Amino acid sequence: MNIQAKQTPIHRFFKVLYTYSLGLLLQGFKWLLKRFEILITKMFRGYGLFLRSTAFWTKDKTKTEHSVKDDLRLGWFARARLKFVENYNRRVEKYLSWTEKDTETFLVNNAIYFVIIAFILYVIISKPNFLSMAVFMNILTQSSVRLILAFGVGGIIILQGTDLSLGRSVGFAAIISASMLQAMDYAARFYPNLQELPLIVPLLIAMAVSAFFSAINGFVVSVFKIHPFLATLGASVALYGILSMYFASGAPGPQPIGGFDSRYTEFVVGKLNIFGFELPKLIIYAILITLLMWTIWNKTAFGKNMYAVGGNPEAAKVSGVNLVKTTILVYVLAGLLYGLGGFLEAARIGSASNGTGINYELDAIAACVVGGISFSGGIGKISGAVTGVLMFTIISYGMIFLNMDVFWQYIIKGVIIVAAVALDTRKYIVKR
Amino acid sequence: MSEYLLSIKNLTKSFSGIKVLNQVEFHLRRGSIHALMGENGAGKSTLMKCLFGIYKEDEGEFYLEGIPFNFNDPKHALENGISMVHQELNQVLQRSVADNIWLGRYPKKGFIVDEKQMLKKTLDLFQSLDIAIDPRKFMSQLSVSQRQMVEIAKAVSYDAKVIVLDEPTSSLTENEVNKLFKIMRTLQAKGVGIIYISHKMEEILEITDEVTILRDGQLIGTDFTKNLNMNKIIRMMVGRTLNQRFPDIPPCSGDTKFEVRHLSTEYSPKLFDVSFTLRKGEILGIGGLVGARRTELVEAIFGARTRSSGEFILDGKPITIKHPMQAIQRGLALITEERRVTGIYPLSNIRFNTTIAHIQSYRNKLGLLKELEMIRDTQDQINKMRVKTPSQAELIRSLSGGNQQKVIIGRWLLTNPDILLMDEPTRGIDVGAKYEIYQLMIQLVESGKSIIMVSSEMPELLGVTHRIAVMSNGRLAGIVNTQETTQEEIFTLSARYL
Repeated sequence: MNIQAKQTPIHRFFKVLYTYSLGLLLQGFKWLLKRFEILITKMFRGYGLFLRSTAFWTKDKTKTEHSVKDDLRLGWFARARLKFVENYNRRVEKYLSWTEKDTETFLVNNAIYFVIIAFILYVIISKPNFLSMAVFMNILTQSSVRLILAFGVGGIIILQGTDLSLGRSVGFAAIISASMLQAMDYAARFYPNLQELPLIVPLLIAMAVSAFFSAINGFVVSVFKIHPFLATLGASVALYGILSMYFASGAPGPQPIGGFDSRYTEFVVGKLNIFGFELPKLIIYAILITLLMWTIWNKTAFGKNMYAVGGNPEAAKVSGVNLVKTTILVYVLAGLLYGLGGFLEAARIGSASNGTGINYELDAIAACVVGGISFSGGIGKISGAVTGVLMFTIISYGMIFLNMDVFWQYIIKGVIIVAAVALDTRKYIVKR
Repeated sequence: MSEYLLSIKNLTKSFSGIKVLNQVEFHLRRGSIHALMGENGAGKSTLMKCLFGIYKEDEGEFYLEGIPFNFNDPKHALENGISMVHQELNQVLQRSVADNIWLGRYPKKGFIVDEKQMLKKTLDLFQSLDIAIDPRKFMSQLSVSQRQMVEIAKAVSYDAKVIVLDEPTSSLTENEVNKLFKIMRTLQAKGVGIIYISHKMEEILEITDEVTILRDGQLIGTDFTKNLNMNKIIRMMVGRTLNQRFPDIPPCSGDTKFEVRHLSTEYSPKLFDVSFTLRKGEILGIGGLVGARRTELVEAIFGARTRSSGEFILDGKPITIKHPMQAIQRGLALITEERRVTGIYPLSNIRFNTTIAHIQSYRNKLGLLKELEMIRDTQDQINKMRVKTPSQAELIRSLSGGNQQKVIIGRWLLTNPDILLMDEPTRGIDVGAKYEIYQLMIQLVESGKSIIMVSSEMPELLGVTHRIAVMSNGRLAGIVNTQETTQEEIFTLSARYL
């Protein structure tokens, strides 16, 4: 076997030169990195000392684990207090014994957050008015719909799946809601003879339609064992056809649906006056949905089954969990959220067309991944989805705030997605 | 009330035309611990999976307390009083112990899972079984033996009439095994029937009342444990006669070609301190039970697993192998166990499959491939290996298993290796093709090459090797000369570190 090519003297000379200069550079870089690591490690140990010195208010200075019996005996407040003290002590212990190896894993696992924090700092320094209540509220409002959508696709990602039809599903729900909630005196109404409907009716119809198409996705994925990527890719294309057909069937023909009923606009983009403070209603909806989803994911049998099926389908199966039923339910729940999202999105934008919602799935999936909902399945938290969505919105908003070129915005977003996935995969890789 | 708690009659099951179970009968008495024994691939686990509704049997009848039943899925089986500890630990590692135990039947308050009650029930269960594990811990934080105890507790918690334990003690400590036996005796006193699958002979003789033995998917016999002893059981398990299924192998008197010293691996499943030598022109067999880490051994030699210690010596010189590429350069070749997954490129033709490992050497000056040479070499290998195919443009998928294997051996011979690592080279191949592969191996060693062959088939190990290294639980249990050994000795060795 002779795989290596023959080397000429010149070739060899350059190789040596290259190797040495590169080696020197690498050594210097390594030395710097090492200093940096030692510095960070010392900072962590110092933080540990600081924590220990401030822990005068806890009686049990070393207690780190309470018994299961305590868990059963105590009320929720006492338990929370106990947990807090223990976490505190555990942190003291952890930081006091912090090593350089820990620093390394810490830096690698959280690299994406450092980049984002650095970016935020950059925005704040170059445009200090970024730190204002108005901007803060804007970011939260913009996050609201995205968050609701991210919860939907997040459940599917926990099942080791993905949903590329999210955007179209949202678009369909938006068109349905928009078409049924135009002002009575608007000239080009979708349904010219439609009576004034209660808001809940179009909402329920939109949610039912999205849930129906999502249920088909779940059925196809679980019964025919088609990879969710392909199943939902197909669904997304087909859905576009269906929703465009609906879009074109209105009285004024295929044109953007606008002129919404003021009740609808008020319900979505209105503000609630709390003691003089104007809180956008969208934020309230997002908070309510977050609480509801947290309960579903963590406190119901369905939620626990979802994690089990995502983490180890075989184990779930031999424990008597119905895989098909669980999968379809997760997709249906996602569909319901897309429906709600579409309903809110139409009013937020002020109009809807057959292009509404395009590429929303990418933002939602990216936010989930950045928030630690792993594609390897069975891992992910509500808090992760919230963090991911906020991070992503802050970045998008920050870039617009800086008047950054829109093409650069795409490039940066894309890099963040890939980097997040790469770092996420690193955590769960099986070593051989 | 019928005499038996559970009866299985005339059970037949085949996978892609090969009968794994053939007309098997099995009867379990009330309050009895019944051992199910047999070699690797005898059909024990398949039998239990048919019972539990994971596999669908071809034909057969099941009776629970005289009433016929047939389960379509595990949920059905669990609801009807049959629970099972599976051989592979089936657990959701990302979730807590309590979550895992009550998976599929969470206690509920309305829509909400009653966490407090779940925790309390887990605690009561663990107390009654004398297990000290925090139910709030994540499964991934537990050791393998703790996880196994959780799995046993889970099986018990179903209050089942029949409990199947498929190798529950494979990673338990002695103390835990005693705990398990105590649990089993308590259950027995309550009238529960227990089916116990294990390779550990002492355990079988100690705890069981009856023993049923399977061999190659056939029922060999059922008897009370008190009428049996170790030798009798082993004889029933292995008792086939070796007829002329193997070619004669030439004696081997070469010098040491390759040596492995104190090989251990970093990540689980781990190897511990494996050392052996391989002579020129020798076929060294590697035997052991399922899970003895034979595949891991050849993968570690080939550089596909991270070593924590150990060195390799080739022709008297120490060499480093950190990556399969290096192994190939040093003249090693690995024929993998899972031919369909890691061996063939199923949708490519025979020429591609033959030349792919050696493709670099066919480049001309422009970096394009010399098609003619590839065709010539492929034809050479087809002739040498006696591959039965209409042409070399045929897709490898359309060949039989035996011919696919010959193509893969041909692929590696093109790289001209000195040492061939063959992992289960005759798995899923019919008898005729097996004989041809044995002949091939003998031709290779006659031409001065050495072979390390992993095999689960005892007759094959005894038929075509010079020496056999027996693995047990990641350790080398011993090396025996094939001429002087018996099936019983190998079997005893393979259970040495369990």
